[in-house]
Amino acid sequence: MSDEIIVHEYAVGDVVAEAAYPITRDSLVRYAGASGDFNAIHYRDDVAASVGLPGVLAHGMLTMGLAVQPVVDWVGDPARITDYQVRFTRPVVVDPADGAVISVLAKIGQLDEEAGTARVDLTATVNGETVLGKAQVRVLLP
Amino acid sequence: MNPDLVGRVFAPTKPYLVGREKVREFARAVFASDPKNVDVEAAAAAGYPDVVAPPTFAIVVQELTLAQLLAQDDAGIELTHVVHGEQRFDYSRPIVAGDELTAQLNVTSVKTLGGNAMVTAESVVTDAAGEHVVTAVSVLVVRGDA
Repeated sequence: MSDEIIVHEYAVGDVVAEAAYPITRDSLVRYAGASGDFNAIHYRDDVAASVGLPGVLAHGMLTMGLAVQPVVDWVGDPARITDYQVRFTRPVVVDPADGAVISVLAKIGQLDEEAGTARVDLTATVNGETVLGKAQVRVLLP
Repeated sequence: MNPDLVGRVFAPTKPYLVGREKVREFARAVFASDPKNVDVEAAAAAGYPDVVAPPTFAIVVQELTLAQLLAQDDAGIELTHVVHGEQRFDYSRPIVAGDELTAQLNVTSVKTLGGNAMVTAESVVTDAAGEHVVTAVSVLVVRGDA
């Protein structure tokens, strides 16, 4: 490491990460086991239908969990993520045969060069419709 | 939905021991690709004592407090009517395998909107030394169409 002042090369609006995650019912079962969230609306069509849902839904926390991964890879160290929040605005229906694809775009929403921090705004979409609102990650810039 | 839940004192959860294989399992489930989530050597090279949990892993510990909330006889919350509205994690440091974590629940607000209720549940997660690790905040929407 040099003693030079680090000049970050980022600007508000820059896309810093992007990824697409094809998920299937298998992904939901895997997440259920890993997280301990065994709510049946995430794996049983009959239960989902009985409570008026359009189909089996992905766990909101699965969407939240994967949406931050491109940012984790970009900053390079989990300790650089200091705050992460989302609103669950639209359910992600996972088709039994075709699954669903969650696309994630991460842009710099706010920059504090002096503190070396940024707010990264995530856009998570399925079939072009956003599924998360106010999805923001506070990071220490890499 | 019972507004008296605000300010109620809940007992801290029993210590949750973060297992290495649990972290790996969770990391795979959220499509994590950072080797520090699964590889002890990669984690050690970055200065961590063991594999590092993905950012949303804290939900596993927070879940123990949400179970406490649902178990309150007078809460009036039925799981099938609960929708996850918002979630936030405010970290002091990442969770690593070997951590022994305790969570303390605080219901910070109960709002009624139409027939629905919105409950804000804040769980403060600390390690065995009593140091703050993460504060996890859930907003649960309890549908009133029961």
